[in-house]
Amino acid sequence: MDATNSGNLKTLPLHEFHEAAKARFGAFAGWNMPLTYPLGVLKEHLHTREKAGLFDISHMKLIVVSGPQAADAIARACPLAPETISLGRSKYTFLLNDEAGIDDDIIVTRLGENRYVVVANAGNAAQDIDTLTKAASGLDATVEPLDRVLVALQGPSAEGALLSAGLDLSSLSFMQGIEPRENWFASRSGYTGEDGFEVAIPLEEAKDFIEKLLAHEDVEWIGLAARDSLRLEAGLCLHGNDISASTNPVDAGLMWAIAKSLRESGTFNGADALRAAIAAGPQHARVGLKPEGRQPVRGGTALINADGRTVGEVTSGGFGPSVGHPVAMGYVETDLVAHGTTVYAEVRGTRVPLSVHPLPFTQHRYRKG
Amino acid sequence: MATTYYTDDHEWLRVENGVATVGITNYAQEQLGDLVFVELPEVGRTFAKGDAAVVVESVKAASDVYAPVDGDVAEVNEALNAEPALVNSAATGDGWLWKMKLSDESQLEGLLDEAGYNALIG
Repeated sequence: MDATNSGNLKTLPLHEFHEAAKARFGAFAGWNMPLTYPLGVLKEHLHTREKAGLFDISHMKLIVVSGPQAADAIARACPLAPETISLGRSKYTFLLNDEAGIDDDIIVTRLGENRYVVVANAGNAAQDIDTLTKAASGLDATVEPLDRVLVALQGPSAEGALLSAGLDLSSLSFMQGIEPRENWFASRSGYTGEDGFEVAIPLEEAKDFIEKLLAHEDVEWIGLAARDSLRLEAGLCLHGNDISASTNPVDAGLMWAIAKSLRESGTFNGADALRAAIAAGPQHARVGLKPEGRQPVRGGTALINADGRTVGEVTSGGFGPSVGHPVAMGYVETDLVAHGTTVYAEVRGTRVPLSVHPLPFTQHRYRKG
Repeated sequence: MATTYYTDDHEWLRVENGVATVGITNYAQEQLGDLVFVELPEVGRTFAKGDAAVVVESVKAASDVYAPVDGDVAEVNEALNAEPALVNSAATGDGWLWKMKLSDESQLEGLLDEAGYNALIG
């Protein structure tokens, strides 16, 4: 019930839209963000899965890496072979530190022969820009952060709503991105498990476009609270909770994002440490967790076995409005990963059983090509 | 005749014959958002003013509700086990949390009346 301290926080370019929509605001990654709207987090969550949810994610940062050696710069910073990405394809990847810890998880889209755009998490953006700039040093490549309004439109009505606002993205499949207009960027991607899009718009054109989107009967503003419950049901990691600078992709179960050839011979930041982590095998494993009963088990709660020995930790936990029960994600010792394995959490003196559960909790409904 | 009091922790108490029905205010439920779980105390437990008596969990976070005065838990709202959202839809009615037998009715004098509470939340 604390009042939100909005001092020293950055304000979204479309802040007045959220005020007009009567959002409740809160701090996230240094930004004053809309957390919920009058619809409320449960209905916002369900609306996104049933129709279309509009998220203002302008706190996230677009960074363009371009020039004849742009691919080389990215290949230094990320476990990625940028020159092998087809034009218009997006890839989920990481900025790794020297210990192969995940400094950030990002999406890289190849926009042109020598031009890539990175979408970075808000809280890591400044460090990411620094890392990419260092990676580009001595190369014929430039790193340019962009100021854009960035929105996500997620859910089954997203494609139609964009069309009604004059933007036809129907040709895109999941994890494809284009520049539909000058200084715009759009990709078929998101953070909800639903079909949907992220659209970056120049500031001066954003208001008009957003008003058109909001005029569509299926489109509602959705706040950060529902964004979190949607991504947790979809089994997607939140950097800072489920993955961090001290988690490597092996333990996080994210090695699918790193091509085999790069694991063996890549020279990206953290490559040697990653090879050592692969050789050592995972020390913990990231799993879904379904608390028994109705009581949510929150991130940061230790997991214990029947004997009371600590065997892991919950990294994200809350309630899944679509599945109708509490949902969580966390790390457990590697011999406890079988689905149905029971572990426990102490919540205010009560021992709550949780079963290891497949991720995602709700099936992804991406539009695959 | 019942008298309703408020606390600056956004709780209400409806007191009748030495028993207070306690809940959170409409303002509080709006701030918390949709509740998905309410942890109720055991009947018979004794609370001192300021003890955490109930935990209300929204989709996002857990928050304590404090005992506004000293007393023993006389009854809890079992309907909230199946439908925690009653606190959102009827914070000052069917969404009550627990009833407590007051140990010291003089503690009520330090609480707010409706006008005082409304002034607090502006």
